[in-house]
Amino acid sequence: MFRSWIVLFVVFIVYTYMVYSNCDKRNTNDSIPDKRALAGWKTWQAKNCQSCHQIYGLGGYLGPDLTNVARDTAKKEIYLRTFIKYGTGKMPNFHLNDSEVNSLIAFLYWIDKSGKSKVSKDKVTWSGNYNLEQ
Amino acid sequence: MPKFLRLYIISALCLLLATLIFGLLATWAFLYPEIYNQFLPFYQLRPFHVSAALFWIITGSAASIVYYKNTLLIAKNKDNIIERLFIYLWLSTIAVIFLCYSMKKFGGREYWEFPPMLCIPLLVSWLLLILSYFNTPLGKGKHNKPMYIWMWSTGLFFFLITFIEQNLWQIPWFRYSYLREVTVQWKANGSMVGSWNQMLYGTSLYLMVKISGDESIANGKTAFFFYMLGLANLMFNWGHHIYNVPAASWIRDTSYIISMTEWIFFIRIIQGFKNKLDERKKFRHLITYRFIIAAEFWVFINLLLALAMSVPAINRYTHGTHITVAHAMGTTIGINTMILLASFTYILGLDCQSNLIKKIISICYWVSQYSLLIFWLSLIVAGVIKAYRTTAINLANFQEIMEPVIPVLKIGSFSGIGLVLGLGTIAVIYIYYGLNSKADVK
Repeated sequence: MFRSWIVLFVVFIVYTYMVYSNCDKRNTNDSIPDKRALAGWKTWQAKNCQSCHQIYGLGGYLGPDLTNVARDTAKKEIYLRTFIKYGTGKMPNFHLNDSEVNSLIAFLYWIDKSGKSKVSKDKVTWSGNYNLEQ
Repeated sequence: MPKFLRLYIISALCLLLATLIFGLLATWAFLYPEIYNQFLPFYQLRPFHVSAALFWIITGSAASIVYYKNTLLIAKNKDNIIERLFIYLWLSTIAVIFLCYSMKKFGGREYWEFPPMLCIPLLVSWLLLILSYFNTPLGKGKHNKPMYIWMWSTGLFFFLITFIEQNLWQIPWFRYSYLREVTVQWKANGSMVGSWNQMLYGTSLYLMVKISGDESIANGKTAFFFYMLGLANLMFNWGHHIYNVPAASWIRDTSYIISMTEWIFFIRIIQGFKNKLDERKKFRHLITYRFIIAAEFWVFINLLLALAMSVPAINRYTHGTHITVAHAMGTTIGINTMILLASFTYILGLDCQSNLIKKIISICYWVSQYSLLIFWLSLIVAGVIKAYRTTAINLANFQEIMEPVIPVLKIGSFSGIGLVLGLGTIAVIYIYYGLNSKADVK
């Protein structure tokens, strides 16, 4: 019993190492956020944005998924800026200053660069799994 | 029972009450944000609800394990200073967390929405619990232990690991890639759910052994096989949270394959139906047993939902919809809360109370079961509508997507009142008995 447990635990450790080191195959320069994006991430967390919004479908359900909102061709950056700055009837006004708004937008651009939240139909394979290219 | 343990159980039940009240308020804030934004916005209510729920489950599981551990060691009256320290530190940190929320101080992480500094006292207190548990004959030694002890040990240990893991984002290297950050976050969160499930399923198994007097159900090859299968799922079946994240594909493949082993659990439950019917006739007078049976029913239907959601092609529709919420509510209320209520019924000796009290609990039990079923179904319907509008017909406007979803959620919110009344009354009764009864070891 104990031996089986140890074997499974060792597999878990190896798997964890593989997940940490290999889950993002992109070039490091493409993935690293700049200072502004990092500051935006801090604001995102401090204002608890994920309680209402999702990134990659993870988070709250009151507002839309924001993974690819930064490059949404239908909604220009000004639209995004206005929402963040003033809120709406449903979204409270967080009274953010311009620097915070800019860093949040930089954060959303950085998120957008990481991939698409929606999986298109042609990515589904015969086994029911996805074939997502990075 | 030592006073500190009694305090711990009562605190856990207060957290259940808080979960229910904040949950109901949060559904109203979700449906009428224009009104609630003025005084208690959704982004503030949700952390109150989520943290109360999370701490209800973890605190309740830990309280049960500490109590049963002391019972098994015949140390029920022993005042353990380490356990006392754990309980005081754990509970006071939870109080500070709620204070932070009331001041709108957030950490902004899913599940763990409080300032990350507060993870330190939580970690220290959990280490104290582990120290007190593993420093006993139950925690030490490798052989001939019933499966519930293996499950408790595994749950306690993996909660520690996953708790540390979900804090790795504070190391810059993890933050330098969003894909890495989100993968590690959901690896930790997914496995953490598995860790408290181990603690709770261990508790459920222990209760069944005590009710039936049959030790064999916690021993032998079958029990071992299902424990190992559960452990493998704890370790590797978290990838469905991030199927759509363009991380390495082998993470998705591993999770998909491992999650399909859950069919074995499913078939096992169906096979056990006949025995359960016989068992039901024998033990139906016991409230403890009724809660365990309720948990088994919710395992059954949530497992079916989980199996569907674990197929990426189906997850493509369900992910980010209220179907995910239905699964979360079905498991936390239907499974985790029912097992904890079974455990507290047993610990507080509610099975031996007057017929009137048992009748009230029974009515509340059925009110909460039906309310939860309506709540669960309304979330599924809301999720199906959202999935259809988002993924099948590709609507882009969020307001347009949500328009037909909102009326269904209003039905769910209405059933939430039943849940508050049913489970809330049970919690109040249990708190009363926790404060007043002379209940001790069963």
